[in-house]
Amino acid sequence: MTNNQDDKKKGVKRRKFLKYSGLGLALIMGGSWLGRNTIRRAIFKNSETTIGPYLGDTSPLLWLQISSENQIFLHSAKVEMGQGTFTGLAQLVAEELEVSIDKIKVVHAQTKSGNLDGFATGGSMSIATLWKPLRETAAIMREMMRAKAAEKLGVDVKSLSLDNGIFSSAGKAMTFGEIVDGVSDWDIPDAPALKPPSEFKIIGKGIPRIDLHDKVIGAPIFGMDASYPDMLYASVVRPRLIDAVMSNFDVAEAESMPGVIKVVQENGFVGVVAKSRTEANNARKKVKFDYTPNRNWNLSDIEETIKVGNGTKTIIQKHGDPVDDISEEGEVISMEFRSPIGAHAQMEPNGAVAHFKDGAVEIKVSTQVPKITRDEVAKALGISKDKVNIIPTYLGGGFGRRLHTPNAIQAAIMSRAVGKPVKSFLDRKQEFQNDTFRPPSHHVMKARITEAGEILGVEHNLAGGDTLFNYPLLPSIANAAMRADIGSIRGGSIMYDGLPNYRATYYHSDLPFATSFWRSLGLLANTFAIESFMDELAIKTKQSPVEMRLKYLTQDDPHKIRIRNVIQAAAKKSGYSDEIVNGRAMGFAASIDTGSPCAQVVEVSIVDDEIKVHKVTVAFDCGIAVNPDQVRAQVEGCICMGISATLFEKMELKDNKLYPTIYGAYEMALMRNSPKEIDVVLIEGADFAGPVGEPPLGPIGAAIGNAVRRLTGKRLTELPMNLA
Amino acid sequence: MISFTINGEPKSVDVDGDTPLLWVVRDELDLKGTKFGCGKAACGACTLHIDGAAVRSCSYPVKMAEGKDIITIEGLGQDGALHPVQQAWKEHVVPQCGYCQPGFMMATAAMLDKIPQPTDEDIDNNILNVCRCATYYRMRKAIHRAAEIKSQTKVQ
Repeated sequence: MTNNQDDKKKGVKRRKFLKYSGLGLALIMGGSWLGRNTIRRAIFKNSETTIGPYLGDTSPLLWLQISSENQIFLHSAKVEMGQGTFTGLAQLVAEELEVSIDKIKVVHAQTKSGNLDGFATGGSMSIATLWKPLRETAAIMREMMRAKAAEKLGVDVKSLSLDNGIFSSAGKAMTFGEIVDGVSDWDIPDAPALKPPSEFKIIGKGIPRIDLHDKVIGAPIFGMDASYPDMLYASVVRPRLIDAVMSNFDVAEAESMPGVIKVVQENGFVGVVAKSRTEANNARKKVKFDYTPNRNWNLSDIEETIKVGNGTKTIIQKHGDPVDDISEEGEVISMEFRSPIGAHAQMEPNGAVAHFKDGAVEIKVSTQVPKITRDEVAKALGISKDKVNIIPTYLGGGFGRRLHTPNAIQAAIMSRAVGKPVKSFLDRKQEFQNDTFRPPSHHVMKARITEAGEILGVEHNLAGGDTLFNYPLLPSIANAAMRADIGSIRGGSIMYDGLPNYRATYYHSDLPFATSFWRSLGLLANTFAIESFMDELAIKTKQSPVEMRLKYLTQDDPHKIRIRNVIQAAAKKSGYSDEIVNGRAMGFAASIDTGSPCAQVVEVSIVDDEIKVHKVTVAFDCGIAVNPDQVRAQVEGCICMGISATLFEKMELKDNKLYPTIYGAYEMALMRNSPKEIDVVLIEGADFAGPVGEPPLGPIGAAIGNAVRRLTGKRLTELPMNLA
Repeated sequence: MISFTINGEPKSVDVDGDTPLLWVVRDELDLKGTKFGCGKAACGACTLHIDGAAVRSCSYPVKMAEGKDIITIEGLGQDGALHPVQQAWKEHVVPQCGYCQPGFMMATAAMLDKIPQPTDEDIDNNILNVCRCATYYRMRKAIHRAAEIKSQTKVQ
């Protein structure tokens, strides 16, 4: 078992694991064509509460490799982009293998190993989807070791006990390394029963993340740190304008610049390959070409496009009647909210290092989609998939920006063209100009309330752009069938099932620039609209915002119980009050995303006309926290990133030019904007490990707005917030 | 040829003097701990020390480094031990993606040389780097802890 790849081919005798292919997904969606609206609603409902299957193979021979030196390698098909996934996965494996965590070295699975995740690393789904399958994988591996140990030691398999990676029986003992030594053929048994949570020794412990040391010493672990001997540097011409055609390229001057090896013009792109990065960039700036805009675009055009009432309408949630049809009783209240175009602004730019040699290519790249990237490269180069090996690296931030990494194709084409390894990265300006942005949104909230303060119905009307279902790699039939996409709508349903009437309607419009996933997708903006409005209703009907929320969460559905729990816990831990104390007001908001509910209470004051968030109290239920310290780290990070989006971030658009294109001008939260106190309560009780990386982003915007409302009387309805 | 010392070692490089120091450090000297973030001194990912001061190396022409003493994250700790800032970063498990962290640690180490016991306000005013994972909450704790470790180390 020294070579993970070879073992895969000869060793596997039985596989008991379900495989879900992209084709299967297409058929499920295609099959829903006839009952579109009904099925759409079902899918949207599920997207807020359901954890999908893991879309890859979980054979122990693909995931785990034990060397005769007794080192265990965990070849992860999920990438590490900061969320602590590698550490959590190692904990799952260590628990069932009965070894200490330091015995396990986690590495990214290369695509040539065959360990391919058919989905992506994203959606907060890594630990959540592998929670059971990977423990089974490890348990199967443990039993494979046990059987072989019995054979080698000549003892009864039942007599063997396992303690910290050593099997022993009647005075004889063997390490995993000794067991695997010289063995090439393995029987793979069925998955044995998994340990009950009461026996967990490693899961549930806040052990330091396994990449901590490397990240503190500045080890070269990122895509941008990758290199090959004799490597050249490339810089690719990229559009500075949206919805414009680039033509009439003149590369003569670029070709004559110092250090330039070749200007590559293939597959619709122009890239300069030079001896150094600086030379490549300088020469790229000398490439001349014409822009022909298809039409003129300004931000006002986008705001006009993304407007409730425009585009394709889909009712995504329906209970009872629309607010306008309920009755003549009471009063209709309506408010509008908006969120801007958001940039990913991840710190490591996109790019890749490719080495094309003898008809095959190896690519080191920060990507959330190794398999998709492999397939795309193979197609673009006209070579078979087994001639492409994607070697994923640690990601200098993902947040959805690397769910499509076509720069790998360009690096591969340029490497082939010059016959040497090529490193090709975007600069920061290109990164901002060519981001796959979070689409802007427009929300019209409506409610009918009686004079006695009863809420008869609430309606969320949302307009947004593509995220998931214009994804270039999803089957087009899915685009056609879905249209309204579960990305923009994430967090867009009304969770208050005790209301007599509630509904959510989505209006989809196409945008003239690339949009995609941004951490938590629509969750932040949708929760901002819904929970700001609920707060306004509480004020209008003279109720406590906490009590009012609990009053309209009545069902005994497990998700609703968990939502109630986080609401109660956050209110209690923070000592929530409507009073302003020492110039500080509290704001309350809650949401549920991918089955993980979160409630937050912020303490806010206004200092020099700026909103200052002093303290955030969070109650979060992600089920079993595999690593509570890292769950807390994710909650803290989500809060600060959410504060950044709530208070500062916004892309502008003028004459087809998206800007700003640099940090600082694209304003983001810095140290001084981070709350000095973050108090996280993790709610226990569930028997599964649920999503963590995005759900805590939900409530923060609304919670801040609700605090400002109590402090100033003013309801802020736009992100980023502006007090003026 | 441009000559300087880096992490205690004398080095000479034969590059265009206008090349940003960052790329010389990363691509010529193969010290990859200093990161590229923006190229305009706006994010601080490329922070290193020149003659003891924190400098954003993406916007610092290498010719200006002639004769100077450069320290990068690889040379921050001494005698094989981690620097107090790195120790504190580990204690508080600060990094998430980790990409910007060397820049923050270098900025913090330079600040602590000037302000050994920084207040929260000192930290807000001096640590102006960008972290997209937004690990600021733990960083602040780690900075205070680093000041503590550093002061204890000096006493001994």
